[in-house]
This record gives sequence, structure tokens and C-alpha cells, in this order.
Amino acid sequence: MAEACLPPPAADTAAFYRELDAYIAHFAAELRTRTVLIPVLQKAQELFGYLPQEVQRHVAGALGLTPGEVGGVVTFYHYFSTQPRGRHTVNICLGTACYVRGAKKVLEALRQELNIELGGTTADLRFSLCSQRCFGACGLAPVVMIDKDVHSRVSPKKLAGILEKYT
Amino acid sequence: MNKLVKREELGALAVTLQAEAAKGAGVARIFVGMSTCGIASGAEPVYAAIAAALAEHKVQNVELVKAGCVGLCYVEPTVDIQLPGKPVVTLGNVTPERGRQLVTEMIGNGQFESPFSVNDAAFKKQVRIALRHCGRLDPERIADYVREGGYQSLAKALFELKPEDVIKTIKDAGLRGRGGGGFLTGLKWELARNAKAAPKYIVCNADEGDPGAFMDRSVLEGDPHCVLEAMALAGYAVGARYGFIYCRAEYPLAVKRLEIAIGQARELGLLGENILGSGFSFDMQIKLGAGAFVCGEETALIHSIEGKRGEPTVKPPFPAESGLWGKSTTVNNVETLACVVPILEKGSAWFRSIGTEKSPGTKVFALAGDIKNVGLVEVPMGMTIHEVLEEIGGGSRDGKPIKAVQTGGPSGGCIPQSKFDTPIEYESLTALGSIMGSGGLIVMGSNTSMVNIAHFYLEFTCDESCGKCTPCRIGNRRLFEILDRIVKGQGKMEDLLKLEELGAVIKDTALCGLGQTSPNPVLSTLRWFRSEYEDAIKRGQKPVTYSILAEKCVGCRACVKACPVPCIDGTAKKPHVIRQEECIHCGACFAKCKFAAIVKE
Ligand SMILES: Cc1cc2nc3c(=O)[nH]c(=O)nc-3n(C[C@H](O)[C@H](O)[C@H](O)COP(=O)(O)O)c2cc1C
Ligand code: FES
Repeated sequence: MAEACLPPPAADTAAFYRELDAYIAHFAAELRTRTVLIPVLQKAQELFGYLPQEVQRHVAGALGLTPGEVGGVVTFYHYFSTQPRGRHTVNICLGTACYVRGAKKVLEALRQELNIELGGTTADLRFSLCSQRCFGACGLAPVVMIDKDVHSRVSPKKLAGILEKYT
Repeated sequence: MNKLVKREELGALAVTLQAEAAKGAGVARIFVGMSTCGIASGAEPVYAAIAAALAEHKVQNVELVKAGCVGLCYVEPTVDIQLPGKPVVTLGNVTPERGRQLVTEMIGNGQFESPFSVNDAAFKKQVRIALRHCGRLDPERIADYVREGGYQSLAKALFELKPEDVIKTIKDAGLRGRGGGGFLTGLKWELARNAKAAPKYIVCNADEGDPGAFMDRSVLEGDPHCVLEAMALAGYAVGARYGFIYCRAEYPLAVKRLEIAIGQARELGLLGENILGSGFSFDMQIKLGAGAFVCGEETALIHSIEGKRGEPTVKPPFPAESGLWGKSTTVNNVETLACVVPILEKGSAWFRSIGTEKSPGTKVFALAGDIKNVGLVEVPMGMTIHEVLEEIGGGSRDGKPIKAVQTGGPSGGCIPQSKFDTPIEYESLTALGSIMGSGGLIVMGSNTSMVNIAHFYLEFTCDESCGKCTPCRIGNRRLFEILDRIVKGQGKMEDLLKLEELGAVIKDTALCGLGQTSPNPVLSTLRWFRSEYEDAIKRGQKPVTYSILAEKCVGCRACVKACPVPCIDGTAKKPHVIRQEECIHCGACFAKCKFAAIVKE
């Protein structure tokens, strides 16, 4: 893998590992294989915020897989990130309905406002900028989701005001 | 509610619940649309305001329901009010103040004059089968579903019908897969029934990958039990006792409501061991997607459930023969499943009486883009595109004519306005170079560039191609590069031919449905909007002008033959002239001239 292997963030990773192990243990023994790999990785990402190689190796060990097998799955799905994320994730919808209603201009404004590219994270680790294809809220296009809040009918002008609320 | 262990107990519970509802013949119901879209538009404070006002005025006999979405996204938050014995009134753009005011009006004279009251027009032309309960019951309360006759079809099948009878009913109804393929559901179930390998599995495909489509989300958020009941029925029909719902992670509310529904159904004994004492057992679990469009394809989806990379495999073998862990697996789309219970309730003849000969029933469409009434609509098959857009959708937002609609998402195509009188059916849409798809209907207004739309979809496909087969991985990339050149103003006329040729090759040779359909957006826009491509190319071309030097031209006519317009005048052996105003700057003459008589500036 080309990505840098960054250590998990400074927080108490030991507690995260304990919680992850408890989660793996709640599956029946015969299931602790590839079958539960994706849910386990989802849980790990929820805890650590991203999936550094260390965590991937830990998961591989626990499920009896090779790190390569785990890495193959991690890199296949958009949901998984091998880079640390900011405190807030700004997710802009680039689905068709949002596109037709001007999502590109909003994306451009976001890039300028945060001074990062898609997939990037601000230097102060405040925001990560990601895109997704359709939140299923097409009636409210263009849509920007910050963490779990859906912001509807976003325009470049409204952006600064919206971002301000997330510190 | 206690666990039901006998069929009669389910019947009795339904009767009790109905009697309770009827006892309050004076009971009014207020439904607040609280799906993802409603909540994002501010339905929660509206609900809170109404609840507070009801409490404040000590109003009895009003049931406040957190319901799913009725599909009127353009005026959310919506509140539906059902006064005893009256038709439902739908109010749109409700604010918390307006919510409080509604309560006072209700106890007063029951007149709802709202700045916006949705009249029947939005509903009159619709026929609601898959969406029949959306917005009319609380998806988080199984009692609501049971009161409406829920799980009775399952009980009836378990005690009165043989699995073959269930299959026959679905087959006779002519129900076709709503996930895009249009395969006969009954036939699929029969294949699975006849498969030898046990155990068998049922999978509900709730990946809804088409960006711009949200029908499945609405069904899951508004009426999850109808999907669970149908899965159990499918299990009974094919002989499976376990199911998976593969739901995309981008739909957290749908997942939450599914979890609640599964829990409640288990508690009531409608899922699990020995359902209602019939001897039939069925249970299920939810599997979350991890953001890969190709995982909507059934073989890729199966790999994803197994914990692998979501790469598709060649069919046959079909999943019905060899799917999850090599066992027979029946994959059905959410909306397909949502039609199953109504069919068993009302019979196949009833279902066939709706829609057309070849495409019976209804289809839910998600209207989005440049259209006034953005939202969900369920219409009988065979309705024309025009009716859907103009009569239900209310036309374009700016009142100008609609230029085109895109159906089928990244696998589909654009349909031009001149074909809007086409009835919506699987076959008719395919004939236009598009597909029915899962039901996204994106409306393009007069100032949408069709070249940019094709560019948008191809970028999506390149992003989402799983990389397993070469035509899709590399072919689409090349297709995208050509298109990108055109969009950036560096295209050439011959690029259009390349697009068509390469597109055809990819369609013929790709491994799975993703690649086999990915050129459709380009090919269909090229077919119906070729002039836009040509304009984009011409606009982009620097004003290169070609002219003929009279002193060098020998009048050999080679350039005349090469000119595609043609716009070169002159008689043999005399110097020729290019009619500049018609020249498309293609450079064909320049390339052909052996006498360096043509100059480029
Ligand atoms: C690239 C691709 C994406 C697909 N995405 C979906 C999807 O999101 N939802 C769905 O129900 N079917 C999707 N399908 C169709 C499924 O492969 C399958 O045909 C369908 O789930 C079968 O159910 P049905 O017969 O009830 O339609 C997709 C197919 C392809 C080729
Ligand atoms: S396209 Fe943006 S929410 Fe659907």
C-alpha cells in the first residue's frame, strides 16, 4: 500500500482495541472469519476514525486472515479510510440530482473555503472533505452532510455560515 | 403484546387493534412525514410543536403519528390530517407555528386553510401499491402494520397455500424485478425452489446505488414490515429459512427502522422459530454496504456479504443456483418485495389489471432535477413520460420546456422531449436506448448541457468500476478521456465516431451489468443530442481556418472528395475555394492536399 502508515491518533487506543476485541468476541466463534470482516472494519473505523495498518493487522490476526486480504477489502470500499480524518466530515453529495442543481459550484466553494481538495483534511484537523453519491435526499438538492446533519439546498453563499457552527 | 404462537392469535390481535381504532370513531389522526427528507426539512420541531399544542389544549381523540414520507419532497415538512370520516388533507411547508395553529383549528371548526394545501392532483393519477402504507402508519410500531392487515398474507400462505401456490400466484401476476433487470420474480423463485443445494438464502437488495434515486429508502423508512413479510414469504416459497437485507450505509435511518422492525417482529413471533405454530422458521439480519456502487449487482453483493471485495462474477451460474457460500440465493429488490404482499392479498388478476400486458403493476419513480414537484410518485406502467412529468411533476421549475429525462441512472440513457409520449414499460424504454432502471427520473431543463451529463455519468462509472474486467476498467477510462477532451474544448469531430465504436465494444465485452450498460449515457445523448457534441467541439476549436492558395491549387478535387460537409467549390483543374461560413474546421482537406495548397491559420 502506498499510503503512509500513520499511527492512530493520540487518544487512548488501548481502550479502542479492547472495545474492538469485545465486538469481535460477540460473534459466535465459527463466525469469526471473513464473514464478519466488513462489520468489524466498520466498527474499527467508528472507533479509531480511520484504519491505519496497525489496526488492519490486528483485525487480520483476530479473524485468521492475512493483512493482504484485509487490505484488499479496505481499499475496495469507499467507506474505509486509511488516513486520519478531521473532527468533522463534510460530505458533499455529487449524485445526479445534486449535480443538476449545482453541486459543482458548491464543491468549488468548499474547496476554496477549506483550502483542501476532495479527500483532504485541513491542517488543524477540523474538517475532512469527502463526497458521496446520493444521500437519498434528492428532493433537497444540492445536499451537504456534515457529520450526521443534512443541510439542504446549499448554495456557495450559505456555506460560510454553515461551517461556522462546527468547531 | 404477547408473542403470538397460533394463527388465530394474529387474527384476533388485528381485530382488537382495528376495534380500538374504530372505537375512537371520533379519532382524528395527524401524520407528520418523518423520513430522512422530512427530518432534514425540519419535521422534528413541527412534530414537537403539534405534540405540545395537543397537550396544552388537553386534546383527546387525536392520534399523532410519526409517519414515513408521502413523497412530496418539494413541500416538506408535510402534515397529513385525517378527520373522522373525511378524506386526508395534506398540508405542505408546515412550520412549528403553523403546526400549533393547526391544532387550534382542529378543535375549532376543522377548516384547514393553509398557504399551501396540496390538492388531489398530485395523487389522483397515482396508484399506490409499493408505497401504500408510506406516510399512513408509524414504521416503528408493528401494531400499526398488523392493524392494516399486516402479516395476514404470510399466515395465510403458511396455513393454506403450498409453496408452489405462492410461486404460481407471483408468476401469474407477472411481477418483474424492480431493481432494473425486469426478470420475472415468480420464475426466479421457481428456479430457487428447484435448486438442490441447501440451505437456501433470501437476500433483499437495498443497496439503491443509482445516484438520484430514493424509492427504496422511502419504502424502508416508511413501511419496513412489508419488506420483512415478503422476505418470509419468499423464504417459504423457495424453501429458505434465513435472509439478509443488504442496505447501504448511507441510509442510517432506514437501517435503524429495519432493526426496530426486525426486533418487533421477532418479539411478536412473526420471525424466528416455528412462526405462528406453522412449523416454518425464518429469520434475517441486516448487512451494511460500505459504499461501492457495483455491490448493487447481485453477484458482487453476494461477495460483499461474504466479506470479500465486491467484485461480480460471470452469470450463469445465477445466484438462484449458486449464490451465498455456493448455495441457492434469491436476490430481490426492495420495491419488488413491497409488491409481493399486495399481490397475495388481492390476487394476481388484480395486479394484472394495473399496468400493461408485458409490464403489469406500478413503478415508483423518484422525480428529481429541474422539476417543480420533486418527490416520489407511483404510477401504473404504461403511463407516458409526458403525463408523469407534466401532470404529476408539474413541469419544469422555470416553466420552460423540459429538454430530456434520464432514467436508469449510470446504466441508463437520456430520453429527448420528442419521445415523451412513450409509455413507460421495460421494453419501450430499452428501445429508446435507455432502461427502466430502478426508478430514478432526473429531469434536465433547457439549459442543461447533455455533453456534461454524459461526462458526469462516465466519471461516476470510472470511479465505480471494480477493475476486474478490462473493457470496463480501461475502456471506460478511454471513453472518459475522449469525452473530457470534448468538454474541455479540445475535441475533434472524429472523436464522436470513436465514442460510438468504443462504447459498442465495451457493451459487448464487459463482464457484468455495470460495464455492459456504462456507455449508455454517452451513446443515448449522442443519438438524440449529437448537435450538442458537435457544437462543443466547434466552440472549443480555436478559430483554425483553412483556406486554399489559388496559385498552388491544381484543381485535383482530392479536397472536395475529402470534405464531409461538403463546402468546397470549384471545377476540375481550376483553383478551388472553401465556403468559410459552412466549414467545420475538421482539417480533412488539409490532410489530403498533396500540393501544399491548403493553409492553416
Ligand atoms: C451495476 C449494477 C448495479 C445494480 N444496483 C442495484 C441496486 O442498487 N438495487 C437493486 O435492487 N438492484 C441493483 N442491480 C440489479 C441486481 O443485480 C439484481 O438484478 C436485482 O437486485 C434483482 O432483484 P429484482 O429481480 O427484484 O429486481 C444492479 C445491477 C447492476 C449491474
Ligand atoms: S443526488 Fe444528492 S441526495 Fe440524491
